[in-house]
Amino acid sequence: MKSDEVNENPAPRELWLQQKHLDYKKKKRHWRSRVMAVRGSLLILFFLVWEAGARLGWIDELLFSYPTKVFRQIWEDMASGSLWPHLGMTVGETVVGFVLGTLLGTLLAVIIWWSPFLSAVLDPYMVVFNSMPKVALGPIFIVMFGAGFTAIVVTTLSITVIITTLVVYNSFCSVDPNLVKVVRSFGASRVQEFFKVILPASFPTVVSTLKVNVGMSWVGVIVGEFLVAKSGLGYLIIYGFQVFNFTLVMSSLLIIAAVATAMYQLVVYVEKLLLSRI
Amino acid sequence: MLPVVQLKGVTHAYLGDREASLAIEDLNLNVEKGEFVSLVGPSGCGKTTLLSIIAGLLQPSRGEVSVCGRLIQGPSPEVGYMLQQDYLFPWRTILDNALLGLELTGNLNAASRSKTLELLADMGLAGKEQAYPAQLSGGMRQRVALVRTLATDPGLLLLDEPFSALDYQIKLQLEDLVSETLRRRGTTAVLVTHDLSEAIAVSSRVILLQRNPGRIRRIFEVPEDIRSTPPLYARDLPGFAELFHEVWKEMELAGRESP
Repeated sequence: MKSDEVNENPAPRELWLQQKHLDYKKKKRHWRSRVMAVRGSLLILFFLVWEAGARLGWIDELLFSYPTKVFRQIWEDMASGSLWPHLGMTVGETVVGFVLGTLLGTLLAVIIWWSPFLSAVLDPYMVVFNSMPKVALGPIFIVMFGAGFTAIVVTTLSITVIITTLVVYNSFCSVDPNLVKVVRSFGASRVQEFFKVILPASFPTVVSTLKVNVGMSWVGVIVGEFLVAKSGLGYLIIYGFQVFNFTLVMSSLLIIAAVATAMYQLVVYVEKLLLSRI
Repeated sequence: MLPVVQLKGVTHAYLGDREASLAIEDLNLNVEKGEFVSLVGPSGCGKTTLLSIIAGLLQPSRGEVSVCGRLIQGPSPEVGYMLQQDYLFPWRTILDNALLGLELTGNLNAASRSKTLELLADMGLAGKEQAYPAQLSGGMRQRVALVRTLATDPGLLLLDEPFSALDYQIKLQLEDLVSETLRRRGTTAVLVTHDLSEAIAVSSRVILLQRNPGRIRRIFEVPEDIRSTPPLYARDLPGFAELFHEVWKEMELAGRESP
C-alpha cells in the first residue's frame, strides 16, 4: 500500500528523504552541543569546587591555592612581563628537543636499516638504554654540559631519540617486501630503494611518532628544569615549592597544560597536512 | 643467433638454520628471441625460484645464467619482472607509478615520458594518469603494472602468475592484451602459471617441471595454429583440448611420483 503511494507521487518521497536527512543532521548537531555543554560544565565545576573548597576550608588554601588567586597570579606575571622569559625558555627547549629528537632518532633508524650488521650489533645496547630511566642520567649531563640549556635539551634527547629510532626502524622493516622487490627488479641501488620505497611507505609512521615525541619532550624538559634550571616553567614550579608559594606552582602547571596542548594540536594539524597529500 | 635466456646446470638450494633444501637441480634451458615460454608444474617445483634466478634477484647456488649472452649477476634493466599482484605504490599517481622503472634506471626524459603516456593510452588507461592506484579496479591496476614493466623497454619479460589474482573475464582480456603487445614488440617472455589452459593459449612452448628437486620433466611444443591465434580464440581450436589433456596427465603423474 505504502509503496504504491510513493510510486504514484515521487514528490512526497523526495520530501520525506529530505526531512529524514534534516532530522539526522539536527540530531547530530544536538549530540555535539550536548558533549560541548557537559565538557564545559565539568571544567567550570572543577574550578568552582576548587575555589569553594579552599575558601570554606575543605582543603588547605596554603597547599592548593585557589583558582581566582592562581589566575590573578598568571595575569600579573603576564602584565609585568616576568612570565615571558620563563615561558620562552621552556618552549624553546621543548621545540629544540622535539625537533632534534625526531631528526636524530630517524637518522639513527636510517643508519641501522642501512647496515643490518650494525643493527644486530647495537640491538642489546638499544634495549638497555631504552629500559633505563633516563632521568637518572641527569647529573651526568649536568657535569658534562653545565647547568643550563644544553643539559636540559640533552636530557630531553635521551628520552626521545631511542624510542623514535625503535618505532621508525620497525616501520622501515615492516614495509611490504614485494614493493621492495618491484624496485629491486629494476636494479635499484640501496639509496634508491630507501628514497623510492622505504621512506615514502613509512612516512605516515614517521609523522605519527611526532605526536608521541611532543609529550616526551615536555617530560624531558620539565624534568631537566627541575634538576638544573635558573629559568623556565619547571624552575618556577621548583622555586614555588621551595618558598612555599603554591599559587606559583599551580599557575605554572596551568600554563604548562595550556602550552603543551597548543603544541600537540599544532603537531596534529601538521600531521594532517602532511598526510593529506598521500 | 644467441638465445635470450641460457640456463646451464642451474642448481639452487635454500639454506635455513635447521635444514638445506634443494629447490632446483641441474636445470638446462634455452629461450630463443621472440619466444613465449610457460613454466608449469605442481606447487613446490621451483617455478618462482627459477624466475627470480633469471631476474637476478637470486644468485643460484651453482650453474650459470645468461641473458642476451651476458652473465647475470644482479637485476638488470634488460629484464622486466611482473609480479602476481600489481604492487603499485599507493603514494604515487598512475603516471608516476608507470615511470618508476625509468626513474630508477636514470632514463627518465621527455621522450621516454611521452612514450610511457602512449603506452598507458594503448592499454586503455588514458585519462587515468593523475589518479591514484586506490581509485582503479584490479584489472586496470595490473595493466598499469604491465606498463611500468614495459616502460624501460626490456628485451626479456618475466611474468610471475600475473593474471591469477584477477576475475576470470578480466584475466582473459588481459591475456589477449599482453600476448598481443609482446608479439608486436617482439619481446621474449617467460611466464610462470598454475593455469594449464592459460599456459597453452599464450605460449609457444610449455615446460613442465617436477618437484623434489625441481627439474624439467617434459617440454611441449604448442602447434603453430594455436600459437598464432589470440589466447581467447586459441582455446576453441581443434587440438587445444588434446594438448591440455596431455599436459594435465603428465602433471598428474609428476605429482604422484614425487609427493
